[in-house]
Amino acid sequence: MILLQLFFEFAKTGLFSVGGGMATLPFLYSMAASTGWFTEMDVANMIAVSESTPGALGINMATYAGYITAGIPGALAATIGLISPSILIILIIARLLNRFRSSPLVQKMFYGLRPASVALVAAAGIKVAQISMFSPAAFADSGRAGDLFVWPAIILGAVIFFGQRKFKKIHPIFFILFAAIVGAVFNFSA
Amino acid sequence: MREYLDLFWVFAKIGSVTFGGGYAMLPILERECVDKRDWATEEELADYFAIGQCTPGIIAVNVSTFIGNKQKGVLGGIVATLGFASGPFILLSLLAAGLGYLLTYPVVRSAFAGVRVCVCVLILNAVLRLWKKSIPDTATLVLFAVIFLLSVFGGLLPVQVSPAVYVVAAALLGILLKRSEESKGGEPK
Repeated sequence: MILLQLFFEFAKTGLFSVGGGMATLPFLYSMAASTGWFTEMDVANMIAVSESTPGALGINMATYAGYITAGIPGALAATIGLISPSILIILIIARLLNRFRSSPLVQKMFYGLRPASVALVAAAGIKVAQISMFSPAAFADSGRAGDLFVWPAIILGAVIFFGQRKFKKIHPIFFILFAAIVGAVFNFSA
Repeated sequence: MREYLDLFWVFAKIGSVTFGGGYAMLPILERECVDKRDWATEEELADYFAIGQCTPGIIAVNVSTFIGNKQKGVLGGIVATLGFASGPFILLSLLAAGLGYLLTYPVVRSAFAGVRVCVCVLILNAVLRLWKKSIPDTATLVLFAVIFLLSVFGGLLPVQVSPAVYVVAAALLGILLKRSEESKGGEPK
């Protein structure tokens, strides 16, 4: 039963996420909230692992999420669920390739779809920031505004942000590795 | 049969060596499908990516399906896509199995706390990258702001709204906005 559920949830994700791997994030968060299969923290870890392993981000996340929900069968159900809408749609589009590309209706749809997609990804980013760079609990405890921010995390974030702008050629995996070492050395989870 | 095995194998190879999917797989696709085999031309690859980008789902899957379909029809499309997903599938299953155990160590938990900070930056960069071509005018900026706020504060709403609802609503709005622009005699962009 949970396998069918996994299949359908990820098929929904595959059907409605437009514009690359990060676009699957809002769906994973919505799944975390509505099913309890994994936590928001798990999703953040999944992104990190999926970005540091080969393959497409979305597929990796589906495999990972499916696995921690229901083992290997779960991983299979989620991954096949995620890719089946794409396969169907592309098989159809491949037949009417040229008509699709020049269709004014499709152009208009994307005028609205693109900003929506960016907004959903940005909102997912806020969720990760909430658990990694802010601590509302410490703020509620002490009432001091400075306690709302996890300063070491914010400094690390700024360093990575400017580092990536300066060294555009460096693969993200090295920044992930760097962040892991800094986190371990400075005891970030304490 | 040989051709199907070939499709599966080549795409399994591509899936296992490209990091990040999407455009990151373009150079190796060119090498494997254009230079080494006559599976597609440069122009076809560019078309596949353009369409993959603006159709639902994972871009890498869309492109794999296109090429497989061109070679061996529907079954070819499915075989190529499954090939692409196979390597990461095995790897991620192993990692997912091991990670829960590793996370019982404090040092691993700290490392992941650091990595999550990096993930924030990666997402921010993705947003900045998408921003330019996605938000050309005020109407799209407003649409962005509304959906952004709705999803950030979605937890406070009385009902849970699936992101799918926003996606469909935005597509319809796009059609409506562009149509009213045209009927006012404005130049369609």
